[in-house]
Amino acid sequence: MVEMNLIQAVNSGLKCAMEGDASVVVLGEDVGMDGGVFRATEGLLKKFGPARVMDTPLAESGIVGVAIGMAVAGLRPVPEIQFSGFLYMAYGQLVNHAARVRNRSRGKFTCPLVVRTPYSGGIRALEHHSESLEAIYAHVPGLKVVIPSSPYDAKGLLISAIKGNDPVVFMEPSRLYRAVKEEVPEGSYTVPIGKAKIVKEGSQITVISWGSMLQQTRLALNHTNVDVELIDLRTLKPLDVETIITSVKKTGRCVIVQEAPRTGGFASEIIALVNEQAIFSLKAPVARVTGFDTIFPLYKLEDHYLPSTERIINAIEATANY
Amino acid sequence: MAEKLLKTFNVRHLQVLDDTGKADSRLMPRLSARQLVELYGLMVLCRRFDEKALSLQRQGRLGTYASVLGQEASQIGAAYALGKADWVFPTYRDASILIVRKQPMVRVLQYFGGDERGSIPAEGVNNFPISIPVGTQGLHAVGAGMAATVQKKKFAALACFGDGATSEGDMNEAFNFAGVFKAPVIFLCQNNQYAISVPVKRQTAAETIAQKAIAFGFEGIQVDGNDVLAVYSATAAALKKAYAGKGPTLIECLTYRIQNHTTSDDASKYRSAAEVELWKKKDPVARMRKFLERKKLWDNRKEAELAAKVERQVSEAVSEYEAVPKPEVDDIFKYQYEELPGFLRRQMDDYKNLVEGK
Repeated sequence: MVEMNLIQAVNSGLKCAMEGDASVVVLGEDVGMDGGVFRATEGLLKKFGPARVMDTPLAESGIVGVAIGMAVAGLRPVPEIQFSGFLYMAYGQLVNHAARVRNRSRGKFTCPLVVRTPYSGGIRALEHHSESLEAIYAHVPGLKVVIPSSPYDAKGLLISAIKGNDPVVFMEPSRLYRAVKEEVPEGSYTVPIGKAKIVKEGSQITVISWGSMLQQTRLALNHTNVDVELIDLRTLKPLDVETIITSVKKTGRCVIVQEAPRTGGFASEIIALVNEQAIFSLKAPVARVTGFDTIFPLYKLEDHYLPSTERIINAIEATANY
Repeated sequence: MAEKLLKTFNVRHLQVLDDTGKADSRLMPRLSARQLVELYGLMVLCRRFDEKALSLQRQGRLGTYASVLGQEASQIGAAYALGKADWVFPTYRDASILIVRKQPMVRVLQYFGGDERGSIPAEGVNNFPISIPVGTQGLHAVGAGMAATVQKKKFAALACFGDGATSEGDMNEAFNFAGVFKAPVIFLCQNNQYAISVPVKRQTAAETIAQKAIAFGFEGIQVDGNDVLAVYSATAAALKKAYAGKGPTLIECLTYRIQNHTTSDDASKYRSAAEVELWKKKDPVARMRKFLERKKLWDNRKEAELAAKVERQVSEAVSEYEAVPKPEVDDIFKYQYEELPGFLRRQMDDYKNLVEGK
């Protein structure tokens, strides 16, 4: 076990996956010589050589598109898109092809592809570097969407994603890259995709979050006496419905915390599921704490946009005391 | 300070057979008499298949279909040159490529008849399913080619696309990646001069599509796309280059779409009958037949035998197609992920209970 932050855990996960399987390759802008703008791929070029660690032309659709061809022809590519704000350029390739290869060929071809991309705000960046539009990927049939919030999970989930045979959008909360350290095994291990984690058991209220907001939500729990059951989704698709519903049936109350804009965000889907499967256990309306339905502001105002501990505490207490 | 000329470029055009079927012996590809006859046989088969597909569509027995008529030389010449291990990334107007690449005709019909099972390639043949969004599949071909390089395997990838696709960003990214990584890729552009109704001069101000390759750092060549031997020859050369690690080639096949864009289109709205007539005179199948007759490899008796044979093959495929049982409802759900996730199982079971309960 070694103390690692989230970005070191991602780096370690890539290294383990590449050591374990010669078909795993990394490609993207600045992933080679530079080791990635966040250092996720540091040391990989030296260790695995330019055939497996490819600095590519600056073209996001091209990166994802060639990765699809590689995946179909026998590799396990792990393209990095430098910021999720630039992944939209490759959205067509993801929706039109990566997600459909298996279905279109009735299982004859598969697309084992893991698109890694940092997302979320709070890093004092330029426009397009702070967005949380995970819902637009979760909406697409055929894609899996994985969002870790801790170093241990990041490494284990990444290795699972690379070993799997389905395309995965792997979103890494950039604000948490260096925020916390924890003990992480140096060797290879997996954390299952599609399984949420109960971070803290509790009896009064279920609080659900993922990725960038998990840390903020944990902080908020220090400032309330409500006995919270905190769930980290870890995977948005396929979603661990059972863990959510079991918890909400137990507590009868639910708050969802997401950084993304409110309308059509993933919290909406969770509320719909709770309505369908646990509505008669509810003692209060389900609340959601979200970003605003606005363009993500530049950094002088970003702290107002990001759900604060205060907003989270207010929602938890209002729901608990309803 | 001085101004100097840094580079000059040329664009070649290749024609082996002229309109009357006369061959330039210096340019003849190395093909045996048997192969020449086989090539012609494939052209006749694919044309009959195409006619049949159009007629099935008109009778309501097939869905929307995109005819290959007039482009047989471009498709068959290229596909015939490929090796078994090579990959093909086709579009919706590449039925002849698929047939030459051993795709059972029944499956081609199944695909246009609304059944995904039609995209399953023959065992051991790497035909990727048809791509509908224009120009998006070039990148997949480049990725497959890059995979060959990484895995040190000997195969190349054929990217199929048309003149319209060359306007798409993805296609230009594909050219760029292929050039930078020297990927073993053959870009086969069937310039049939129309993207539905829009003529090629609205796609590009460049005089040829072939010359676009130059800007991406690799070779481009224009061939007479109604000359099967020219297309074969250019493809075989490009393949040899790809296997040798010398990178991609862009082959522009100058041809013409005789039919409407698809069975939902009416081309008389945007082009003249005279123009279509002009191109009918350059018919690729008739040209190859004239060539074989000149070489004393063909006669009316052989033609009649061939016509009867392809008629039988196509009819059998149609009967087989119409006898295929409908796919199961489960098939909608089964292939989304490697394992059926719980949420999808629930949707499937709910729906099946409803349907089966009736």
